[in-house]
This record gives sequence, structure tokens and C-alpha cells, in this order.
Amino acid sequence: MAQAFTKAMARNIFYGGSLFFILLFLALTFDTSSALPELDNRANLTKTVALGKSLWEKNDCIGCHTLLGEGAYFAPELGNAYQRLGGKAGIIGFIQSRPKDGIPGRRSMPQFNFTDEQLNAIAEFLKYSSEINAAGWPPNVQG
Amino acid sequence: MQYQSQAVAKPYFIAAIGLFVGQIVFGLIMGLQYVMGDFLFPEIPFNVARMVHTNLLIVWLLFGFMGAAYYLVPEESERELQSPGLAILMFWVFLIAGALTILGYLLVPYATLADITGNELFPTMGREFLEQPTVTKIGIVIVALAFLYNIGMTVLKGRKTVINLVLLIGLVGLAVFFLFSFYNPDNLVKDKFYWWWVVHLWVEGVWELILGAILAFVLIKTTGVDREVIEKWLYVIIAMSLITGLIGTGHHYFWIGTPAYWQWWGSIFSALEPIPFFMMTVFAFNMVNRRRRNHPNKAAMLWALGTSVMAFLGAGVWGFMHTLAPVNFYTHGSQITAAHGHMAFYGAYVMIVLTIISYAMPMLRGRQAANSNRSQVLEMWSFWLMTVSMVFITLFLTGAGILQVYLQRFSDNPQPFMVVQDKIALFYWMREVAGLVFLIGLVTYLASFFVGSRDAEAVITPGGENARVNGPAGSVSGATVNSG
Repeated sequence: MAQAFTKAMARNIFYGGSLFFILLFLALTFDTSSALPELDNRANLTKTVALGKSLWEKNDCIGCHTLLGEGAYFAPELGNAYQRLGGKAGIIGFIQSRPKDGIPGRRSMPQFNFTDEQLNAIAEFLKYSSEINAAGWPPNVQG
Repeated sequence: MQYQSQAVAKPYFIAAIGLFVGQIVFGLIMGLQYVMGDFLFPEIPFNVARMVHTNLLIVWLLFGFMGAAYYLVPEESERELQSPGLAILMFWVFLIAGALTILGYLLVPYATLADITGNELFPTMGREFLEQPTVTKIGIVIVALAFLYNIGMTVLKGRKTVINLVLLIGLVGLAVFFLFSFYNPDNLVKDKFYWWWVVHLWVEGVWELILGAILAFVLIKTTGVDREVIEKWLYVIIAMSLITGLIGTGHHYFWIGTPAYWQWWGSIFSALEPIPFFMMTVFAFNMVNRRRRNHPNKAAMLWALGTSVMAFLGAGVWGFMHTLAPVNFYTHGSQITAAHGHMAFYGAYVMIVLTIISYAMPMLRGRQAANSNRSQVLEMWSFWLMTVSMVFITLFLTGAGILQVYLQRFSDNPQPFMVVQDKIALFYWMREVAGLVFLIGLVTYLASFFVGSRDAEAVITPGGENARVNGPAGSVSGATVNSG
């Protein structure tokens, strides 16, 4: 048995298997790319949404929140914040109302002092994110 | 130490350990912020502490991988390193770039750091684990290229062993997939899709090749088992890693706007991902049982066996627990994910770097083969303190995660995120206590480099089995039973 399975065979399984599954992964990636326009809500990907995403990144929101379940687990999921907080006005109101020095003893989002244009862009970005077809996730409005 | 140029590994290992300490300190800060929400607010908000915690982890593991390569490649190639000077230069470039980046996170608001470093010209910042300013990312690429040149030339000009080849493939893959960190489209789904090409294809892909190569090297050296046998195992293990792990990427494509067929591909292939880790456990124990000699460095053996077990538990078992799509629907992005992340990173990558440090550092510090008995005993204490406390960190986070998933997502009356967080605070407190024990283990680990450093080297007393049983802090075989 030990002789039947040689190092050369093991090597061939590694190179052959890896190559096959790299190609399969690329094929699935290609297929995903062509399916994405139906799913990723790109029709609503406006300049304002793009600005919102850049603000999302520039302030490292993902360092506390999850978005479609990815990120940190310190603060609520935001993929459905648009629904949970009651639309754009709810999102903007929440971000604006954060106290500068936090809340004693509790977690609190920092006060970022966004302009009205920036607040609108962030809300638009979260609206766009909430309309991505995420296969029914999250399970309920609490995220 | 057979080749002088192996000595360049030493500063890499020292830097790795130093940054490891920083990572743990910030981990404890975050753990406290989970239960005392205003701790250090607004000076060090949670997201900043988390960036420091995760980025330090990545950087110190990279220092460890590079140190490992600089140590083992000359020995495998049977020649000196292509350019020791370049290795030392790149050490300082990487260390200074890393230190400046961490200081940037801590000293100015993240948005200001983005402005200073010109992020709007080429935006890559603000994505999980890839928070580094774009200039830092470019620096990482330069360091990686110089490193690959140095290692690659040494491998090409010297003896070509399987370990060298596998390590080189892993390191090239690491560098290639990092390039996807520069792709940041406005389209959130595409952004997330290719973000995983860095994160998943690193830790569940090419890093496993690096892990396998380092483990195989240490096992050859410490057990004296025939290279042919070890290399055959290595090929099969890494073959299974890539066969399962590549399509296994699909377990991240369930709920981010990608086609639903990924729920099948991802579930099936990632359910197979524990196989290579289990094989690694069998491999390590088998080689130690079939050893032809007893190596005096028992601490290194303990780390090698420990990493094979803990990687299987953390990456394999805790990964499988929430990888099937119907389960993941509820657990996605919860404390379950955090539990898995902690034990998987510790078991697979922290412990393999500590394995090669444990094996190589005595030689780098002028010993023949091993540290004194006293320092080995202390090192083994640190192994158990850190490993057991990491098990408890994982268990407490898993408890928190199960309750979180139930209260917030599964029950008939789903409750808001923060309400649930308050209810599960006990588990976060317990996690913090376990984290403090981990810190004690880490301090013990640091002490093991100084205590007993003037004592005589540990040696194997003649008499085979007896020598094994009489080892410090119980036997290696006894240790292995406990770790399972």
C-alpha cells in the first residue's frame, strides 16, 4: 500500500487538482460576473451612492458595523438599516444625533460632523445596499 | 545553524514577537469596550482598536513567514541566501512602514489619515483588514517583491526540495492575491466578491501551503523521518487544501448579492475544508510516533503537534460548524464568526510561526539544537496558558454567538442588536478574563527567552523511551494526549 502510492502520484494530484479547481473557480467567477447585473442593483449605482461608499470607507464604518454580514460585530448590521431606521430620514437623524463625547458606560457611534450633502450620500449608499438581492438575508429586520 | 545568512531571520522573529504583544494589548482593549462601551472613547474608538488588533496580527504573521523562509530556505537549498543585505534592508522598510501605519491609525482620525495619504487619488482604504493607506499597500508589494526575488533566486540556484517549492508557491500566491486589494469598485457586490480573493484565498488557500511547508520542515528536523515520506504527505495535504479551499471561497458568496448557486458550491466544498487540516493532525502525530531520534527541543515538538491539533479545531471544526448555507443564514456576521476567527488564526498561523521560532531561535542565539531545560519548561507553560485560554475565548464567544443568533434572529420575537448585546455581556466578561490569562501566557513566553538562557543546553539522555518520558514538564507524548 505504501509503495502503491508514490510521491510522484501525490505531486500530480497537487498540480492537476489545483489547476482543475483554479479553472473551475475562474469559470464560476465568469458566470457570476454575467449574472451580477440582475442581482447587484447597479441600476441605482449613482454618483451620490459612490460618494456615500467613499465616505463609508473613509470613516472605517466597517470597523464597528457589518454590511451584508461582513465587517465587525460591535454595532448593528447596516444592510437593512434603511428598513429598520425608517428610510433616509431615519438614517440621517441617527448619525446626526450622536453625542460628541459618547454615552457614559455605553457603546456609541462617534459624531462625524458630516455636511448635509455627505449625510444624504451615506443614506443613499445604505438605501442602494439594502436593495441588493442578498438571497433573503438578513433573516429579519433586526439584522 | 548551517548557513550564516540564516541569521537574518532573527530580527524578523523578534519583530514578530514584539508586534504580537501589541496585538494582544489591543485585543484586551477591544474586549473591554465590548462590556464598557465608553472605555477610551472618543480617543481610541472601537474601530481604531480593531484595525490595530487585526493589522498587527497580519503584519507580525508576515514577519514570521518571512523569517521562516529566510531560515529554512538556505538550509533546504544548501546554499547561502541570495542577498542577506537586501533581507535586512527590507526588514527595516517593512518595520518602519508598519509602525508609521499603526501610529497613523492611533494619532489622527482615520478620515484625516485618508486625506494625508491621498486616498482619493487611488481609494483602497476602509475595507476590513485592508485598512492600510494605499502608500502602505504599495510598500507591502515592494517588500514582497524584494523578498520573493531573494527567496526565489536562492531556491532556483540551490537544491530544489518539495518544501522549498511548496513554500515558494505559497509565498508567490500570497503576493499575487494581495494585488486584489488595489481593486475597489463602486459596485459593492463586486468589491466584496474580489475582497475575498485577498482574504479567503490567503487564509484558506496559499497560507496553508506556507503552513504545510514550515510544519514539514520542522518535522523533518525534529523527528528524522525520511524526507520522501514527509514530502508525500505534504503534497497530499496541500492538494486537499486547494481542491477544497478554492471553490470553498463560495461560503462567503451566500448573502452578498452573488448568484444562489454559490450556496451549493460553497457549502459542499467548504464542508470538505476540514479534511486537509485533519490530515495535518494525523501527519504530525504519525511522524512524531515514527521518529528516528529524540530531539532535545521538546518545546518545538509541542508547538508543532499543537498547531496541527488547534488548526483542525479552529479552522476545521469551528469552520464547519457554520459553513453550511442553511446554518450560515442565521450565524453569518455574528459572534460565531468571531469565535471561529480567533481559534483558526491562533491554531493555524500564530502557532506555526511560534513553532518555527521555537525551533530556530535557539540556533539563532548560538545554541547547538535547543534551549536549556528551564527555558523549555517555561515555554511549554506559555504554550498551555495561551492555548487553553484561546480555547476558552473561543468557547465564550461561541456561547455569546449562539445566544445572539437565537435572540436576534431565530426566536419568534427577534430583539434589537444592542438589547441582545446587553443580555450576553456575561460571556464577553468571561472572554475578557480568558484574554487576561492569554496575556499572562504571552508574558511567560517572553520570559522563556531570558530565564535559563545561561544554563546548559538540554540534551537527550541515552536510552530512547526513558529520555522521552523524562522530558521537562511531562513528556511530549503526554502533552499530545492532553492537547487532543
